[in-house]
Amino acid sequence: MIEEVLSTARSNALVDPSLGIWTWEVAVYLFLGGLTAGIMLFVALVHLQGSPQERPFTAYRLALWAPVVLSAGMTTLFLDLEHKLYVFRFYTTLQPASPMSWGSWVLLLVYPLSVAQIAATLRGGYPGFAAWLERLPLFGRWLGAAFDVSQRYRRAIMLWSIPIAVSLGIYTGVLLSTFSARPFWNTAILGPLFLVSGVSAAAALIILFARHKGERHAFAKIDAGLLAVELLLVGLLIVGLASGAQAQLQALQLITYPDGPFALIFWVLFVTVGLAVPLLLELWEIRGGRSLVLLAPLLVLFGGYLLRQVTLDIGQASTWSEYTVQYDPGLLERLR
Amino acid sequence: MRTYAMVIDTRTCIGCGDCVVACKSENKVPVGLNRDWVVEATSGRYPNLRTEFRSERCNHCSHATCVLLCPTGASHQWNDSNIVLVDADKCTGCKACIAACPYDARLVMHPEGYIDKCTFCHHRVEKGLDPACVSTCPTHCMHFGLLDDPGSDVSKLLLSRNYKTLMPETGNKPNVFYLV
Repeated sequence: MIEEVLSTARSNALVDPSLGIWTWEVAVYLFLGGLTAGIMLFVALVHLQGSPQERPFTAYRLALWAPVVLSAGMTTLFLDLEHKLYVFRFYTTLQPASPMSWGSWVLLLVYPLSVAQIAATLRGGYPGFAAWLERLPLFGRWLGAAFDVSQRYRRAIMLWSIPIAVSLGIYTGVLLSTFSARPFWNTAILGPLFLVSGVSAAAALIILFARHKGERHAFAKIDAGLLAVELLLVGLLIVGLASGAQAQLQALQLITYPDGPFALIFWVLFVTVGLAVPLLLELWEIRGGRSLVLLAPLLVLFGGYLLRQVTLDIGQASTWSEYTVQYDPGLLERLR
Repeated sequence: MRTYAMVIDTRTCIGCGDCVVACKSENKVPVGLNRDWVVEATSGRYPNLRTEFRSERCNHCSHATCVLLCPTGASHQWNDSNIVLVDADKCTGCKACIAACPYDARLVMHPEGYIDKCTFCHHRVEKGLDPACVSTCPTHCMHFGLLDDPGSDVSKLLLSRNYKTLMPETGNKPNVFYLV
């Protein structure tokens, strides 16, 4: 037996008794960042594929969501910072070994491209709003010219959107996977897993809001494929941990049924309710079964958020250190 | 790169915690926060037990993942040495370095919010003094010096005694050594 006790209290807030530095604020950001990536990717693909008329919501109305969703995520990310006034420091340097640094610069590229996507599609999706903007005094004429230019270069905008959207979607996962100090995160599979999950969440958003039945049906098919890939990636994540060294095996124990403290939330809520059930529902609908309308996409969005939240929680609980006992008042009782 | 090391003799450490108090008063660490701490590690099966005391802190790693993963360059290595410092004026409090440290040696400074940690008392090292914890230790179980200098106390101790570092398997190349 090995018992390691902290004799003097370290008691640093957010670090002791177990790491709790990142909570819902970061989970929400990681989810909304992934969702933004999915939105921009689908807008681009629908235009490049040459069938925007068949997917009217995705082609013309969806682009407007991206900056709104991303800004909401950036707001919660800002809430998480402990030294908020120094947030500008992300943009006074580029640290080549830090995915967080790369990510902050990618975010700076995402906004203008997203605005360009909106400018190229606004007249088609929100004709009344676009016309109102163009009638505005002073700016109206400039906006109209911007819409013209964006429409002319629509293909280039959509082409450039793809690598930037993929970078945004994948960086949120890579960010966590580079923390070798947290064995549960330290796997390269997190990048693709977060990317696929973000794209799947965007497909769910389209299923929720598209009015065109053919469009909903097409994205149900796409989403089913993405959910299947996501299940496969979760499987590979488990294989990676189960075939790893001691630190990975200990991290796996956190989600091993029935003793793992995160087993229930991981397997029942995330894998079953957030992935498997919506996949089955979508497959059933594709085969002509009665549509449960909102349930499948809502579960996909729930699963997408939960993936970030449980990954954050499990990663912070997984560690190399072996302080098994910190301070147990029960031991004092035994002395009396 | 100059490599400063701390060598701590677990056979003469009695776990008194003076190093913790010395650090708090030297560096004015606020109440409730600690840059160093003492671990009592007991191994074996009763009645054959073995206990060692370890004064622990930032390991000022040669391969410091906290420095690599800091997005703003706030975490850096001082003066071409292995001593890891945080520049509060560059720190956003994103906490990436806390997640990156396998030793959980970093803390969030209150109430300001920047990240703080053991500095190996570089302000004393500059003047040729030992860190406060080392100079205070009543059993003289703590030693500090340059690893690159074969004549330094730390180099001689590491040549003559058996030692270990904490969790070298993380690949961070820690520079706090424990004589066993």
